[in-house]
Amino acid sequence: MYAFAYQRPTTVRQVQSALGKHDDAKLLAGGQTLLPTMKQRLASPSAVIDLGHVAGLSAIEKKGRNIVIGAMVRHADVATSDLVREAIPALAALAGGIGDPAVRNRGTIGGSVANNDPSADYPAALLALGATIVTNKRKIAADDFFQGMFTTALDDGEIITKVSFPVPAKAAYVKFPNPASRYAMVGVFVSKKGSDVKVAVTGASNEGVFRAAGLEAALKAKFNAKAVEGVAVDGSNFISDIHGTADYRANLVNVMTKRAVTKALGK
Amino acid sequence: MSATGIGAPVRRKEDFRFITGKGQYTDDINRPGQTHAAFLRSPHAHATIKKLDISQAQQAEGVIAVLTGDDLAKDGIGGLICGWMIHSKDGSPMKAGSHPALAQGKVRYVGDHIAVVIAETLSQARDAVEKIHVDYELLKPVIDMAHATDSGSPVIHDVSPNNQVYDWHLGDKGATESAFAKAKHVTRLDIVNNRLIPNAMEPRAAIGDYDSGQDAFTLYTTSQNPHVARLVLSAFIGIAPEHKLRVIAPDVGGGFGSKIFIYAEETVCVWAAKKVGRPVKWTGDRTEAFLADAHGRDHITHAEMAMDDKGHILGLRVKTKANLGAYLSTFSSCVPTYLYAPLLSGQYNIPAIYVEVEGLYTNTAPVDAYRGAGRPEATFVIERMVEVAAREMGQDPAAFRRRNFIKSFPHQTPVIMAYDTGNYGASMDLALEMADYKNFGKRKRDSAKKGMLRGIGFSAYIEACGIAPSAAVGSLGAGVGLWESAEVRVNPVGTVEVLTGSHSHGQGHETTFAQLVSDRLGISIDQVAIVHGDTDKVQFGMGTYGSRSGAVGMSAISKALDKVVAKAKKVAAYALEASEGDIEFKDGRFSVAGTDRSLAFGEVALQAYIAHKFSGQELEPGLKEGAFYDPTNFTFPSGVHICELEIDPDTGVTRIDRWTAVDDFGNIINPMIVEGQVHGGIAQGVGQALLEGAHYDANGQLVTASYMDYCMPRADDLPSFDIGMTTTPCTTNPLGIKGCGEAGAIAAPPAVINAITDALGHEQIAMPASPQAVWRAAQKSLHKLAAE
Ligand SMILES: Cc1cc2nc3c(=O)[nH]c(=O)nc-3n(C[C@H](O)[C@H](O)[C@H](O)COP(=O)(O)OP(=O)(O)OC[C@H]3O[C@@H](n4cnc5c(N)ncnc54)[C@H](O)[C@@H]3O)c2cc1C
Repeated sequence: MYAFAYQRPTTVRQVQSALGKHDDAKLLAGGQTLLPTMKQRLASPSAVIDLGHVAGLSAIEKKGRNIVIGAMVRHADVATSDLVREAIPALAALAGGIGDPAVRNRGTIGGSVANNDPSADYPAALLALGATIVTNKRKIAADDFFQGMFTTALDDGEIITKVSFPVPAKAAYVKFPNPASRYAMVGVFVSKKGSDVKVAVTGASNEGVFRAAGLEAALKAKFNAKAVEGVAVDGSNFISDIHGTADYRANLVNVMTKRAVTKALGK
Repeated sequence: MSATGIGAPVRRKEDFRFITGKGQYTDDINRPGQTHAAFLRSPHAHATIKKLDISQAQQAEGVIAVLTGDDLAKDGIGGLICGWMIHSKDGSPMKAGSHPALAQGKVRYVGDHIAVVIAETLSQARDAVEKIHVDYELLKPVIDMAHATDSGSPVIHDVSPNNQVYDWHLGDKGATESAFAKAKHVTRLDIVNNRLIPNAMEPRAAIGDYDSGQDAFTLYTTSQNPHVARLVLSAFIGIAPEHKLRVIAPDVGGGFGSKIFIYAEETVCVWAAKKVGRPVKWTGDRTEAFLADAHGRDHITHAEMAMDDKGHILGLRVKTKANLGAYLSTFSSCVPTYLYAPLLSGQYNIPAIYVEVEGLYTNTAPVDAYRGAGRPEATFVIERMVEVAAREMGQDPAAFRRRNFIKSFPHQTPVIMAYDTGNYGASMDLALEMADYKNFGKRKRDSAKKGMLRGIGFSAYIEACGIAPSAAVGSLGAGVGLWESAEVRVNPVGTVEVLTGSHSHGQGHETTFAQLVSDRLGISIDQVAIVHGDTDKVQFGMGTYGSRSGAVGMSAISKALDKVVAKAKKVAAYALEASEGDIEFKDGRFSVAGTDRSLAFGEVALQAYIAHKFSGQELEPGLKEGAFYDPTNFTFPSGVHICELEIDPDTGVTRIDRWTAVDDFGNIINPMIVEGQVHGGIAQGVGQALLEGAHYDANGQLVTASYMDYCMPRADDLPSFDIGMTTTPCTTNPLGIKGCGEAGAIAAPPAVINAITDALGHEQIAMPASPQAVWRAAQKSLHKLAAE
């Protein structure tokens, strides 16, 4: 790790001004991604601005028909929240399947979403549930937010404050973990609300999380596992690595979608 | 059986300190005035160093010294050694390229050591490493061992223009050829034994300390064999003569072989301590462990087995390429030769065997002994061959094995080994019963109804432990003898210290060794301390590897205990005023036969030290005895493991449903510790079969250099194990012990792969059988079935 300045503001406004004062400042949420990269000397921010003491970022609330989760809410808190488990059990289960207990007790939804790791779980939930990312400046629809591997719509100095999830009628997330890292090698989040069906896929594509139009169309026609049978998944831009080539991942997208639909139907 | 004697499942004495964080590992030790070392490692697999500029690093904050290969050479410090000479078929000695602790003009793998920075803090040392400028001329690397000897391949060491270390063989070629000429069926198979990275929980570490007053060095290090480290550092590398070098291996958090070897880092730390006049500490991080700990396995083999019409094995022919990496690590040369080929007879009566092994250099990390060392590779070959032969001949794999089992002992194989004892049929019977083999067909049909493919796989393994008779290994090229030493010191109050040359780095010696003492002397294990891991305390020792600490290390203790009891009897005779011949020793009491006069062990110990009753006699005061034990043979643990698993053909995920392990380890001191060793061994074997595999890309970059990509087995990858034992005591050591430390890792891989191929209708698969690989094989198999 290289030397860096450390700051611990208590309001979002202070965070904003701290960011303005350093040319290469980084926000620190749970530190589960940022700190390992700093330790390995892959990242060398001039300043680290700790969000841990900022007021108003750690609540889980029901607001109208939405579940609103503060940016600093830990994965473990989402996994065990009665509110989330009742309204969107698939989201609670997803959070409970991230990493290991240490990671879940430190890592935050804001950090995960801001990072947009192509194998992270949350981005699939945000896309498939049609969530809205709330920042200190604006509200961004999930469809506009994720812009490819490690790339988001966030401007420099923009801070995620919360994420708002509309409650679906049915939803499920099924993850095929990478055998080594246990991040998603393919994760499929399926949701249904009225006649709308969304299918979001993480882990598979070189372009990061995406919505699978072909699978959505098939499931809009008929929301069951059989409908997905034989629906081709285009793997031409999928990740190929030692754990899985593109065609294997394409197969997994299909299989995980079937399993997610079955799960969403409570079978 | 007493509460803490032989056979009692005593809880491990050492665990309290480990579980409560009170262990003393090398990194827990800090010496006054200590400095920190960081190594500059090669980012390239193969390059010459045209210029090495350390001037900026020397100026950096906190830097005390920047040292390079030139400094080592100037001080006359020699290179690292390989301690086992192998001769090729043509009689020529192996081609060992030089192995400097810091590069001299050339780097040969990613992670190779170029320079060391010694600074006040670790951060400063690391910062300064980045300020060393190296001008590399990149050379084409040799990564794929299958092509290492191709003409036009880049040359890694000038001593070996074709990258071959040796071309070795064992067995009778002519006899094997005639066996094949008579064959009614020949099974042929290409087999890859995947490269593994050891991943001990504690990374390697070293602290070099130099006392200018005494002109003496101390090295604290993560070693499985501190005396061997001292010997090599003294006699070959030339740090200091043995009486001026103390090596301490305190608590060590796992080794699996990787901490046998003498590496660049500890060599540099101990040498540099004198140069900078302060202690020098280095603790490897996980990335360094991945890159530069000696890796394991990595064979490519073609094997052929000849059978008669009934399925009796007539002959076996094996041709193996073994990747030894960029340099010959300490014992690397013997692993794919003498620790491998002599095990290829397995549990079977095979009249003729011929094995050829080519050792090869590549631009990858050095490869050396890793849990099992050669025996897992041999077992994988023979157990895959037997499995495939049985299937090809339409025979039940258990029956095929049984037909070929060795049934009378001792048995001389055609490849050196003489098995003293065993009962392979008994292990097979018990394993089949425990695994409920007869209902496997029903379970397979039940799985099929759920769309799952179920398979069962056997592994009837044998291994050789307790390495080894010194004369035998000497005649095969070893540079050392492989006996063990022990000293039993009885204190005046009757407590006992046992000094042993074995080293415990997770095996529980503090408990099992104490149980032996408890059993013999009739005292509780709480009155026994096991002292190991310090060359100033223990006179000498060869260390712990190859499951030798029970069979060899405890045999030495047993011999010393015999001497203690013999002397104590003499003391008791004086104390009880009886003749020595009338003294009986039982349950911790010395008594005069036929009387009620007796003394407890502790009372006799006191008599030995006060010496009031025999002052002036020939009998010397005190009660302390030592022994060296040189084994007369290897020991031969064996057993049958059965793996039953289910494959999801849609994803390729393999779930192990049942695991039956029936082992014959001879006599057992602590069944709980033995079970623990079996569990850990199976976990590592399953890791090799399903999860683990080191992967270098074509440029020689290690792709699997972190846990993001290198897949270690986790608890939820494993079933609960059903463990059974059969016992034929070893006939060649006093305790009848065979050894258990590696059995699981040796037995497991073929059991898993045989089960997968069974589930997939014989579709072959390489290790690790990852979900992706199994899915592909399952698709092929399903297509074939659909076509039929
Ligand atoms: C061993 C391990 C296993 C893991 N397994 C999984 C897994 O299975 N699935 C998975 O999805 N993830 C996994 N993760 C990642 C984990 O979920 C992290 O929580 C996540 O990557 C980042 O969240 P964080 O709170 O730790 O963010 P940090 O590491 O603190 O920050 C990450 C990045 O986001 C930025 N940031 C943080 N908060 C904000 C904010 N409010 N606004 C704007 N930018 C912000 C930071 O500046 C930084 O650039 C794993 C991590 C580890 C260490």
